[in-house]
Amino acid sequence: MITTLLYSLTGLILFGMGFFTLIVHSHPLRKILAVNVMATGVFLILIATAYIPLGQGEVDPVPHAMVLTGIVVSVSVTALALILACRVQETSNVDLLRERKRSQGTKESRR
Amino acid sequence: MILFAADTPSWMIVPVALPLIAGLFCFLLSRRTFVIALLAVLANLFVVCLLVRQLLLFGPMRCQIGGWQPPLGISLRTDGPALLMLLMTAVTGLAVTLYARGYFSYRISDPLRAGRHRQQQRYFWPLWLLLLAGLNGLFLASDIFNLYVTLEIIGISAASLAALSGKPASQRASFRYLLVSLLGSITYLLGIVFVYRSCGVLDLDLLRDLAGNGSAMRAALALLSVGLLLKTALVPLHFWLPPAHANALAPVSVILSALVVKGSFYLLFRFWFEVFAPIVTTAALNFMGTLGAIAILWGAMQAIRQHRLKLMVAYSTVSQLGYLFVAFPLSRVVEGTHIWSIVIFMALTHACAKSAMFMAAGSVYLHLGHDRIKDLDGVRSSLPVTVFAYGIAGVSLMGLPPSGAFIAKWMLLSASFASAQWWWALVIMTGSLLAMVYVFRVMSRFFVNSEGSSGKQTVALSPLLEWPALILALIALFLGLLAPWPLRILSQGSIGLVQILSGGMV
Repeated sequence: MITTLLYSLTGLILFGMGFFTLIVHSHPLRKILAVNVMATGVFLILIATAYIPLGQGEVDPVPHAMVLTGIVVSVSVTALALILACRVQETSNVDLLRERKRSQGTKESRR
Repeated sequence: MILFAADTPSWMIVPVALPLIAGLFCFLLSRRTFVIALLAVLANLFVVCLLVRQLLLFGPMRCQIGGWQPPLGISLRTDGPALLMLLMTAVTGLAVTLYARGYFSYRISDPLRAGRHRQQQRYFWPLWLLLLAGLNGLFLASDIFNLYVTLEIIGISAASLAALSGKPASQRASFRYLLVSLLGSITYLLGIVFVYRSCGVLDLDLLRDLAGNGSAMRAALALLSVGLLLKTALVPLHFWLPPAHANALAPVSVILSALVVKGSFYLLFRFWFEVFAPIVTTAALNFMGTLGAIAILWGAMQAIRQHRLKLMVAYSTVSQLGYLFVAFPLSRVVEGTHIWSIVIFMALTHACAKSAMFMAAGSVYLHLGHDRIKDLDGVRSSLPVTVFAYGIAGVSLMGLPPSGAFIAKWMLLSASFASAQWWWALVIMTGSLLAMVYVFRVMSRFFVNSEGSSGKQTVALSPLLEWPALILALIALFLGLLAPWPLRILSQGSIGLVQILSGGMV
């Protein structure tokens, strides 16, 4: 009982920490990591739900299946979020744009 | 035993599996993607009609996939509300598919950017079919964890669709949309954990019997609702919607605004009035109604202030979503399944009218090359069908008779007067008035003919860009006259629903 409670509380704290970071920080990578931490917190609570002390019956398989599905979803969504963040950085990074303009300018001047 | 006969429930698999398979084929084959998509959408519509016939003949049905029983297996089920939403998705989806064809061929015909638009079209079809599969799965699934999976499928494909136009603004909006939708699904997942911990089951029908009055279930309902509200964009959580919907490609805006937000709303409504009905308090219902009222007024005011047509239409979506939530506090007054009919009529009308409006806005954008409201002069003479569609869609949004929204608003008004809660009636009427202001503000610009514009030569738009919008607008307008038919489907809803609703009122 204590073990389950401990893991669940840790999971809730992770969820809260992730949520705080998601709201407070503006960097896209931090936001993506924060969402991942939140998801990990939820998975931890789910795993804790399935926990049964040794020799006191069988472990509940349903939460494990749910966590596996959740991890697959979380990995693919993270990949999508990363590529979108890269695109946003590329298109909205002012320094990068200026640099490109400068390099284009030198190319044209060479011509 | 025959698997696919007229009375077997196996047909339910088709709306989920068929768009998924067709989407995969669209992704693998780079040619003839439109033909595959059109065939899939037509077959989807046909099967949904078949399911409606089954419902009218045999009542609600359940399909255990692979013969596994509820606690373990995945099961799908049909009832009145689910089938009406499926029908809405299928009809709007067919129109969007035709419109997207016209849209992309018009843009590819421009030799300057043909390569880019061809690539956009290549990614549009698989993503759209994936989204369709997700939506159909959402309406049919009967298990809260499968609902989580369908929500994620919808979120991923919708965010990718929103980023398709490639403009920096749309990419920023779509990144934000993806994060919000992720936050929503994780919160929803935490809600599922609470539910599973206190009940030990995930099936909606089993949950309905088990949902006790514990504080854990209240916390679960709160978490599930916050997650779904983020995806539905009710007012304090609506910040992501206007940029994401307004900066996307025109067919994508149609899909996002007409269908995607309805999916999460439908789920929210099911939870509040069916599964967790015993633990919903009047205070909570009033809270949702208040948020809805703020949404109606705030969205309409913002819509009036916008300078771009697509942003105006997007804010109008925020406003119209509010009406769906104003129905919450009035649910205790109306009897039986009437609350479902109010919400369903509102959702169906909004889906048809808003898709017509976004299609019209997209055609105007293609025609003029911009959508600044103050420069929309003379569109009426060059795009008469589109302007007609816009006007009719506007009539439905305002809720004038005989549109479906009129019936829904009429029932809401009579319910609010009957229960002496006149303030809801005031909000509903003010909202309609404000809707009139923002619709007519654009309409009046369409009819202005400035002097220099008559000599401008423009390419005529293909019928595929104009007629789907008009047909959808007409459906929205005449939904009020066809009312008995959707009501007949609704009344076939599960018997448990009626019992729970009457039990909730005591």
